[in-house]
Amino acid sequence: MSELARQNTGKKTMLWLQSGGCGGCTLSMLCAESPDILACFNAAGIEVLWHPSLSESSGEDVIKMFEAILNDELTLDILCLEGSVIRGPNNSGNFHKMAGTGEPMMNWIAKLSAKAAYVVAVGSCAAYGGMTAGGGNPSDACGLQYDGEEEGGFLGSTFRSGKGMAVINIAGCPTHPNWVSETLAQVASGDFSEQALDVYARPRSYADQLVHHGCARNEFYEFKASAEKPSDLGCMMEHMGCIGTQAHADCNTRLWNGDGSCIRGGYPCINCTAPGFEEPGHAFNETPKIGGIPTGLPTEMPKAWFVALASLSKAATPNRLRQNAVSDHIEVAPVVFEKKRKT
Amino acid sequence: MTRRIIGPFNRVEGDLEVQLDIHGDVVSNAWVVSPMYRGFEQMLHGKNPMDAMSYVPRICGICSVAQSVAAAMAIAQAQGVSMPANGEYAANLTLANENLSDHLTHFYMFFMPDFARETYQGEPWYPQISARFKALKGTAAKQMLPERSQFMHMMGILAGKWPHTLSIQPGGSTRGIKAEEKVRLLTTLHQFRTFLETTMFADSLENITNLKSAEELKVWTENEAHANSDFGLFLGVADALQLGELGRAADHFMSFGCYPVAGKRLLAQGVWKDGQVQPLNTGLITEDISHSWMANEQDPRHPFDGKTQPDPDMKDGYSWCKAPRLGGEVVEVGALARQLVNGHPLIESLVKQSGGNVHSRVVARLLELAIVSLEMEKWVKAIVPNEPFCALVSMPDEGQGMGLMEAARGSLGHWLKIKNGRILNYQIIAPTTWNFSPRDKDEKLGALELALLGAPVREGETAPVSIQHIVRSFDPCMVCTVH
Repeated sequence: MSELARQNTGKKTMLWLQSGGCGGCTLSMLCAESPDILACFNAAGIEVLWHPSLSESSGEDVIKMFEAILNDELTLDILCLEGSVIRGPNNSGNFHKMAGTGEPMMNWIAKLSAKAAYVVAVGSCAAYGGMTAGGGNPSDACGLQYDGEEEGGFLGSTFRSGKGMAVINIAGCPTHPNWVSETLAQVASGDFSEQALDVYARPRSYADQLVHHGCARNEFYEFKASAEKPSDLGCMMEHMGCIGTQAHADCNTRLWNGDGSCIRGGYPCINCTAPGFEEPGHAFNETPKIGGIPTGLPTEMPKAWFVALASLSKAATPNRLRQNAVSDHIEVAPVVFEKKRKT
Repeated sequence: MTRRIIGPFNRVEGDLEVQLDIHGDVVSNAWVVSPMYRGFEQMLHGKNPMDAMSYVPRICGICSVAQSVAAAMAIAQAQGVSMPANGEYAANLTLANENLSDHLTHFYMFFMPDFARETYQGEPWYPQISARFKALKGTAAKQMLPERSQFMHMMGILAGKWPHTLSIQPGGSTRGIKAEEKVRLLTTLHQFRTFLETTMFADSLENITNLKSAEELKVWTENEAHANSDFGLFLGVADALQLGELGRAADHFMSFGCYPVAGKRLLAQGVWKDGQVQPLNTGLITEDISHSWMANEQDPRHPFDGKTQPDPDMKDGYSWCKAPRLGGEVVEVGALARQLVNGHPLIESLVKQSGGNVHSRVVARLLELAIVSLEMEKWVKAIVPNEPFCALVSMPDEGQGMGLMEAARGSLGHWLKIKNGRILNYQIIAPTTWNFSPRDKDEKLGALELALLGAPVREGETAPVSIQHIVRSFDPCMVCTVH
């Protein structure tokens, strides 16, 4: 499509780049349902200029397209980056040179970001550095506008895209397909401002929720009936490292791959939408405690209250929950209240 | 002679560059470059061994469960634990769900769209293929994506989510499966079978798995319905473009085997060469770094003693990828290797005819869709609700373990050493590390480099389309390759 023809259609162009990541946010996005991701893009009026997994063209054709954007011959409405920006070694960016160009990917990211009306970080790597920045960060990875919790990152805290927006951080490891499709649709419609972003520039559409909301282990949580080993049905906060009560996302109300979520899959929430989640400072699957009390308490809960309520509810835990919490299936069913039957 | 640098390659999962010397109308030399380094092996050093379960799936978004399984196996070996039967079935189902979804994604979204390129518009088959498989526009991907998403509802039940689950553990699975969930898994599998039997094959899965020779496959395509199935359309194009002559590598194949049930792997482990299957000696596996951007202070090492120290200034280096070798030799891994080592007669026949090539690699992958789907139904039925899914074990302060399994695209190995309760060394060799390795100290080319030699260049091509087919016939995963 010619540039003029495209402008007449009102379609928004999107270019998707990948760097220091695993491609998992794209693979997750392909799991979008009702409708599928290609239909989502069509419905949102998004024209995919190029996506590493979806597009036909490779090599020279792609480089020419990038150059057309840089020369203002092609409008770039939305630039998505999946994966962190790799700055190492020694700020050279040479740990990822874009194939076919011999030039560090970080340079392409900088140049193309300057041309985009909106810049979107897809996944926690692109947003904050993510897993790629774990374990001493060997590749010196960071996010587009954050380096872990620190604002700044690769583009700098004062960066604003063509439409005057900060980088939109669709954080998550991976992202839920609809966090991406819905945010991009809002962006494409022009109905998106910085008010729609939380303190870490995550879309509030999902970041104003807690993973705890809709947790199917709610009753175990209330009575502090805790899982002790993998596959146990109980609450995973006390021993298994679950921080769903602090994690910002709607995983237990929106659900994944049909009706799944991490917690429903039997393993703890590790708060993958948060900057720095990759280095929790303790083993992922163990809850750090001081004097038997978890160091990380539910969001906005005063410690004294937590201690008081926890000891109270532990004293009141029904035997059913105590038993089921440490089993991989329901051992004791809830009591059925029998009303007097009318004869 | 001209040196061509081709990249970025898309539809390969990650970034890839290929450098070619072209002599007349054929490729005369090739160098395969993996241009990105993240350093997962370095990251894991000094960590709690169980943290590997959170880190390694995130090496790769497309082989995420495969990485989990390899790590769980390596840790389990160090712990001396084995999974209860239910745990094995659940892990096999989760892995098979990923592997088969990857086969679908590869065929429909990564591999076939290259035949819808303009360069082929004069071919008689072009209108049909282009309408069906054109990237972003063809009817096939639009039909396949909802089926794939539906199929991956198995992940929602078995693994919470995909990618990056923590449900697979050294002791089994974190997710007990109830009787009614077995029914839901079987219903989903039934739906997937229906898609395969109507759209992919236009035939029953049993008939596909029973194809015994190149001749039988040829006869199969003579049926009009078969010829118009997606498999049939591929076979038609493969015939027209002689894909059976394209992209032959060393014809030396390896499979680590996978899907264990009570000590026996559904797909066997072994090495195939010259028509013979030999047992695999894992002690012969080494990684050579003479042409990698890795600090060059060593001879090739077994992965238990491997080191990963990146050095972009290595003068002979041209890739972040190391060069794995088996007894000093180049081997090819993938669905073709798996089915050959496991002795499938159709694959044996195709390889006898013209070796490993673009055609036989794709046939093996689609054949595996049929074989493994049928097995998945058996695994679901074998789950016994209310029996244990996960064994609990403690981590030793010292120990080592090796996890060898098969990802969609071939043999994946993890080698772990634990000291003082921490990870002392963690080394990973991924399938595409084998297939897309650079040269070694003896200047032996990697499997893809070999496969590219002699590839034809069409008139006026700067980036030969034949290269696209050869590269993607391996179903490469570049993010795993270097990790």
